[in-house]
Amino acid sequence: MDKLDPKKPIDVEEILRDLDKYRPRRRGWTWRKKLPEGTKMDRYEYYQISEPLKNSIPLPAAHYFNNIDPQPDVVITSEIASGRFEDDIRRMRMAAWHGADHIMVIRTLGQSHFDGLIEGTPEGVGGIPITRKQLRATRKALDLIEDEVGRPINFHSYVSGVAGPEIAVLFAEEGVNGAHQDPQYNVLYRGVNPVRSFVDAAVAKRIMAWAGMLQIDGAHNANASAKLAWTVMPELLVQHGINCLYSVKVGMPKGNIALSTVPPVIAPLPEMRIDMPYAIALRELFDGYRFRAQMNTRYIESDLFDATRAHVINAVLSRLTSADLQSTITPDEGRNVPWHVNSIRGVETAKHTLLAMDGIKNYVKIDQQAVREKVRELKMRAILMLEEIIDMGGYFEALEAGMFVDNGYYPERFGDGIARKKDGEIAAGSVVPRDVDYMAPVCEHFGYNNIPEGIEKPCDLIGGCTFHNPDKIQFIDELDETDNVNLRLEKVADMRKRNVIKPEVEWFADGWVQLDMTFSLPEEFAEAAALAVCEKLGLQDATIIAKTVLHPSEGTYVELKAKVPFEINVDELHLPKKTEILPEDELFEFVEKHPIKVVAATVGEDEHSVGLREILDIKHGGIEKYGIKYVYLGTSVPPEKLIDAAIETGADAILASMIITHNDVHVKNMQRLNELAIEKGIRDKVLIIAGGTQINNDMAVENGVDAGFGRGTKGADVASFIVKKLREKYEKK
Amino acid sequence: MKPRVDDFAQRSKHLQGMSDEELNNYFWQLVEKVVDPLVDLAQTHTSPSIERSVLLRMGFNSLEAKQLVDMIFERGLLGKGAGHIVWRIAKEKGIDYMEAGRKLIQGQYWEDVDRIFKGIKGVSK
Repeated sequence: MDKLDPKKPIDVEEILRDLDKYRPRRRGWTWRKKLPEGTKMDRYEYYQISEPLKNSIPLPAAHYFNNIDPQPDVVITSEIASGRFEDDIRRMRMAAWHGADHIMVIRTLGQSHFDGLIEGTPEGVGGIPITRKQLRATRKALDLIEDEVGRPINFHSYVSGVAGPEIAVLFAEEGVNGAHQDPQYNVLYRGVNPVRSFVDAAVAKRIMAWAGMLQIDGAHNANASAKLAWTVMPELLVQHGINCLYSVKVGMPKGNIALSTVPPVIAPLPEMRIDMPYAIALRELFDGYRFRAQMNTRYIESDLFDATRAHVINAVLSRLTSADLQSTITPDEGRNVPWHVNSIRGVETAKHTLLAMDGIKNYVKIDQQAVREKVRELKMRAILMLEEIIDMGGYFEALEAGMFVDNGYYPERFGDGIARKKDGEIAAGSVVPRDVDYMAPVCEHFGYNNIPEGIEKPCDLIGGCTFHNPDKIQFIDELDETDNVNLRLEKVADMRKRNVIKPEVEWFADGWVQLDMTFSLPEEFAEAAALAVCEKLGLQDATIIAKTVLHPSEGTYVELKAKVPFEINVDELHLPKKTEILPEDELFEFVEKHPIKVVAATVGEDEHSVGLREILDIKHGGIEKYGIKYVYLGTSVPPEKLIDAAIETGADAILASMIITHNDVHVKNMQRLNELAIEKGIRDKVLIIAGGTQINNDMAVENGVDAGFGRGTKGADVASFIVKKLREKYEKK
Repeated sequence: MKPRVDDFAQRSKHLQGMSDEELNNYFWQLVEKVVDPLVDLAQTHTSPSIERSVLLRMGFNSLEAKQLVDMIFERGLLGKGAGHIVWRIAKEKGIDYMEAGRKLIQGQYWEDVDRIFKGIKGVSK
C-alpha cells in the first residue's frame, strides 16, 4: 500500500505486512511551516497561519467562506489512548484530517513500573502498551496519513518509568518524534527511586537529543496533584527549571525542550488575572525554550461544555502570550478514555480558538507595567524556593523533607508535600557506580565511558550500533498467543465480511452509544429513571457519565453510555433518495420556454429568512439564477396568506421555509398548506415545497406536500425538482 | 516540612532591589547549583535500564538484554558495563559479540568474565 484512499478505511492487515522490514523515513521533530503575515486564504488575511493541508475537514462554518481551512501556526496535539493500536491508527487519521499534527499516545496503566520493554500487541488499559511492533505499525500508518493530509505528523509517547533509557532507544530507532521526559515526574507521581530516575534520565535524554526529538516535561502534574493547584506556581517554575537545565547539560538543545505549561486556575476564579502573570513569568524566565500549552486537567469534570470552555480560555491565553504547541485534552477525559468524537472536538476547539485569535496581538497588548509586580513576585518566590533547596543540601534532601507539591504558596508551607526517600521507593539500590574500566561500545551514550584509545566513535568497536546500522535491530513479533492484534482483527474481518456494523466510540464496532435525557425529577431519581429507560430500550451496561442539575426539583439532565446488543446489516440499510440535479443548460432552456413563477415565505411564527433567501437569490446561486421569478412574502407568514398569494400570482410552486419544529409546528404547517390548497381548488395547479434544517423529503411527502429539502440544499436542487415536475405535466398534456 | 506562614515580604528583602534581568540570571544560577550534582551523579553511575539500553543499541533484543543484565547485576559487575563484558568475551573467544552474548545467557564463559573483570577495582570520577 503506497497511498491511502480517502474513501476507504485504513487496512491494518496491510500495515502489518512486512513490518519487520519497515524503517522510519525520518527522525526528529517537525514544526509547521509558517506563512508570511498577511497571507490570504480566499479573500481573508491571516497573521498566524501555516501551510494548508491537501486533504482536511474544515471548521463547521467554513462553508460560508468557500470552505477554507486555514491551519494555525501552532502545532496541535491530539492525545490518543484507546488501548488498541489498530484503532488508535484510525483515530489518528481522523485527527490529522481535522488539523492535528502531534499525535500523543498514552501508555497503558502500569507500563512505567515495567522493568524492561514489552513486545507484541497486547491490549492496554487507559492507553497502549508501547512496544516495537506497536510503534512501528503506528509510524508506518502515520507515514501514509501524513502523505494523505500533506503535512508531517509528529508521533509522541513517554520516556518515563524504570525503563526510560530502553524506551528512548526504541523511540530513536522507530522514528518517534517527541516524548515526555522528566525525572521529577517518575519520582513524585510514579514512586520511582529518585537516584534511579535522574541517572536514567540523563542517558535517555542524550538519546532523545541524538534523535532530534522534542521533549515535553512533566511539571504540570504538580498542578494536577496539589489540592490547591494555583499555590504550586512558584514550584512549577522550579520544576521546569530543573528539568530544562538538566536536559541542556546532558546535551539537548534548548529549542527541542518544551515546557508543559498549564494555567494554574479556572473560573469561577478570575482566571486570566491569575494565570497571565504566571504565563508571562514563565516565558521571560524560559526564553529560548518551547511552550506547550495545555488546559488544566485538575479541573476537568465530566461536563463536556465545561471542559470545552476551559480549553478555549487556555488557547486564548496561548494567543495573548505565546505557544508552540497547543494541547487538546479531550473534554471527556473526566469520565472516559477519550472517544473518537471528543478527540476531534478537542482538535476543532484548538483550531477554532487559535484562528479566532489570529493576529490579536496587533490590536491587543498586555500592559507590562500592570503585570510587572505579580510577575516579579512569582519569580522571587521561585528563587526563594531554590535558595532553600540548596540550603537543605540539594535536590534529594529537599525531596525527602517534602518540599515538593506542598499546598502552601511558597514560602508558605502546609507540611503536606510528597516526600520521597533518596534510597527508597521502586527500584531502590539498582544504581551502581561506573567502575574506572566501565565501557559501553555504543554511540550517544551519556556519561563516563572508558573507550579504548584510537577509536573514533564508540560503535566502531562492534561494527556499528543500531543508530548507525539499523539492520542490527531485531524485530520481535508477538509473545502472547492469547492477546494480540491478529486475534482482534479476526472479529473486524468477520464483521466486514458479513457487512454488519455496530456503533462505536473508540474501537471498531464496540457497540457503545451515548444517550442524553432530562427528567423532571431530583438528581438521584433522574439517574435511576435514566437507567430504567436504557433497560427498557434493551441497551446493555448502561452507565451514567455526566449530569447537570437544572434545578433541585424542576429538572436534571443526565448523560449515559450503554451498549447496543445487536448488529446492523449495511446491505439492508435504506438510504434516502437524492434528488437528481439537472444540467444547468437544461434548467435555463426549460425556464426560457416555460416561464416559472413561485411564491415563497417562512411560514408560521418564524423570523428566520437566511436559508430561504439562499434558495431564492441569484447571488447565492438560488433559483432566480435560472430565470425563475419569485415573490417573497417575508417571515412569519400564515399558510393562508401564502395560498392566497399563489392564487393571485398564478404561481407554479409554493416554497415554504420551516425552521421551527417545536411541538411539530412544521408538520402542522405542511398539512395546513395541503388542505388549504385543496379547499381553494388549486392543489393540482401548484407544487408545494417545504424546506428547513429539520425537514426531509419522506416526512414532507407523508404530510401532504410535494417535496421536502433539508440542510445543505442549493437552489439547483429546488430548481431541478420544479422543472422535472413541470416537464412531466407538459409531457402529459 | 513543617507548616509555615507566608513570610514572603520578609524573606524576599534581598531580592526586591534586583532588576528583572538580575532576577532571571539569579534564578538560573540557583537552578544550576541544584542540577550540577545530579548531572555528576548521572555521569558516574549506571543502572539496569541503562545497560539494557546499551545492549539494545548493540543489536540484542529486549528479552536477551534483560537476561544478560540480570545475570551481570547479580554478579555485581554492572559497573563494568554490560556491553563491555559481552564485547570483551567475544574478543577473548574470537567470536561474534552477538554469539558471545547468547552463550553468556546460556551460562557459558562466566568464569572468564570473573577472571577478567573482578580484579579491576576503582570507580569513575
